Amino acid sequence: MTTQILIAGFGGQGVLFAGKCLAYEGLFEDKQVSWLPSYGPEMRGGTANCSVIISDEPIGSPIVAKPDVLIVMNLPSFDKYEKDVVKGGKIVIDSTLIAREAVRNDVNAYYIPATKLANELGIPTLANMIMVGKMIKETGIVTLENACEAMKKVVSARHQDLLEANVKALTAGYNY
Amino acid sequence: MSKVLMKGNEAIAEAAIKAGCRHYFGYPITPQTEIAAYMAKRMPKIGGTFLQAESEISAINMVYGVAGAGFRVMTSSSSPGVSLKQEGISYIAGADLPALIVNVQRGGPGLGGIQPSQSDYFQATKGGGHGDYRLIVYAPASVQEMADYTIKAFDTADKYRMPVMLLADGTMGQMMEPVELPETTVQEIEKPWAVRGTQNKRKHNIINSLYLNPEELERTNIERFEKYKVIEENECLYEEFMMDDAEYCVVAFGIASRISKNAVIEARKQGVKVGLIRPITLWPFPNKVLKQTADKVKGFLSVELSMGQMIEDVRLATECKKPVKLCSRTGGMIPSPEQVLESIINLTKEAK
Amino acid sequence: MYVFKKPNSLTDKPLHYCPGCTHGIIHRLVAEALDELGVEGKTIGVAPVGCAVMAYDYFACDMVEAAHGRAPAVATGLKRAMPDNVIFTYQGDGDLASIGMAETVHAATRNENITIIFVNNAIYGMTGGQMAPTSLPGQVTQTSPYGRDPKTQGLPIKVSEMLSTLDAPYYIERVAVNNVKNVKNAKKAILKAFRNQVEGKGFSLIEVVSTCPTNWGLTPQKALQWVDEKMIPYYPLGVYKDRSADEKGE
Repeated sequence: MTTQILIAGFGGQGVLFAGKCLAYEGLFEDKQVSWLPSYGPEMRGGTANCSVIISDEPIGSPIVAKPDVLIVMNLPSFDKYEKDVVKGGKIVIDSTLIAREAVRNDVNAYYIPATKLANELGIPTLANMIMVGKMIKETGIVTLENACEAMKKVVSARHQDLLEANVKALTAGYNY
Repeated sequence: MSKVLMKGNEAIAEAAIKAGCRHYFGYPITPQTEIAAYMAKRMPKIGGTFLQAESEISAINMVYGVAGAGFRVMTSSSSPGVSLKQEGISYIAGADLPALIVNVQRGGPGLGGIQPSQSDYFQATKGGGHGDYRLIVYAPASVQEMADYTIKAFDTADKYRMPVMLLADGTMGQMMEPVELPETTVQEIEKPWAVRGTQNKRKHNIINSLYLNPEELERTNIERFEKYKVIEENECLYEEFMMDDAEYCVVAFGIASRISKNAVIEARKQGVKVGLIRPITLWPFPNKVLKQTADKVKGFLSVELSMGQMIEDVRLATECKKPVKLCSRTGGMIPSPEQVLESIINLTKEAK
Repeated sequence: MYVFKKPNSLTDKPLHYCPGCTHGIIHRLVAEALDELGVEGKTIGVAPVGCAVMAYDYFACDMVEAAHGRAPAVATGLKRAMPDNVIFTYQGDGDLASIGMAETVHAATRNENITIIFVNNAIYGMTGGQMAPTSLPGQVTQTSPYGRDPKTQGLPIKVSEMLSTLDAPYYIERVAVNNVKNVKNAKKAILKAFRNQVEGKGFSLIEVVSTCPTNWGLTPQKALQWVDEKMIPYYPLGVYKDRSADEKGE
């Protein structure tokens, strides 16, 4: 099985980091993974996205043009990529930042006020990981336990406080 | 050692260190700057040199100096920066020095763009700078290969005393995949030609590419090309994918080969007998296998991120025995698997 | 008794320089300095592109031939790889002050622990006498046949003065070799520049005002006079930077 994931939002929302975590989670379960960021001149504020593929087979193209799963954290990304999602695919939407609902009715849309939740939980920079938690829940692509375990690889040993916060965010998204 | 996720650029840097490279000279340019950043962090901790040069020209000439002293050394850049390095690369080739040059390509010509491209194929494989010379050119297609061929590049550079290029692109440099790095792989050899001081024990060594006597220069060039013949015989690498019963052959390297694999698999599902030949060394180019394949298949499709550069080598290798078509995007655009698939289908209609 | 003989740091190869050219003197001074410091066996010289392009045949130490202007970058690579060796470059005015200016300035500002011998004769010699960045105003050359016109061709670059405005470089001095007294001073300066390196002090550049009788269109003797009359007034001799003074103050 191969799952093609596209994560998109504004630069600075942690879109690339969320993708990296997902890739690590896949790796943690001995799957083939690839992570490919968009790269451009903007460090902050511009749009950012990354392609993540988690597969049981060797991965060919690392570019996700037709995502099985789309995670969107701003409206421009939702507008741009909604049409690309495969039929029967899944879209996880940050409903704090995106006011509209999915136009398509041949996909499954999941709404989660990730940014609002992150603020309430005192982890305002981790809406991205709340989105990942929700995505894991809805796709079953990895288990929550493994996802939390994999976080240890992503968050450096120097920042163990961040590890706790990330695990909290993942769990909050998962349980929403 | 377990696998870790690394960016292609970082994998190159760490692999170079594993290969015993302790000297890196570079200049910032997207999309390869991670290599410089990685080296800046690591080199001071292992007693190596990281130096941000005043220009790509200076960087390659610093490489020339260290290579002359016989130490493993590298530089990296992206297309416009690699153009600037051509002077130094020609001197390194002309002085028969081993060194690694990494080009993480972006769209051109001119300042071009910063998105992935393969349009420096001609520059990399046909010489690039002035004069008669070649580079061994590795074209990795995964982050693991970025690491593996970096290590291999240092070994072949030493073995044949010549500059070697790792030709990647923005996608390969930026993407992360699991990678496993060997603990240590230094296979350094004796370099009696190196300039490390005579210790007053031998005649002086001279690192040089100047031959004012044309007979001598001609002889030197001919000897160097004898070496190139050996390399063509021994160092050519390629991968065949689903070629056993193939009636059509896609030729693609690097990122284009990854995309092409998706298309080949999809075409097979539709009953088209198509396979892929992926050159891993762009020079030496896999001429032999392509020539043999030309007798078996009905047509070729060259898939490239350029206006079509490698296609010329495919035509030469196959002696134009069968049609060779092009599927490409350029300027930083990447062909989709669907576009490649469509080109394969078109090929089957045109070459029956 | 002192027997005048060839320094060990020179090979037996006859020099190819034109009659009256002072490259030969400068080569000898460099070689004497290496001999006196006893560092020939651990020295690597970097030859330029220009008249001194074949300096690699004349110096008996290990040598590298660099591309035009790139000698300071090549020397940087060598020094970084072998900090305990002695690395010098030998460059002309076109090489160092025109095509290689960036390499020169940046090696200086890194206080790269190398020695640069900069031979300034205000002309491109090897290619047959074209205008150099250091050609004097009004100087007739192949590419300034009506005399260097400051309006369109600018004014000469005074390398020693310019580099001295940088904070980093350790030692910069301009000398000449057109008479015995000047040769003796030049020897001292070159020796000092190499000693600085051996002691790990950093970047030393000795600018040597030299001649080009052939392309200046003068006899060797007249060329030596021209150095006094034209060159030195424009390029005053002396120490332009010496950070050993700062060190004493510290």
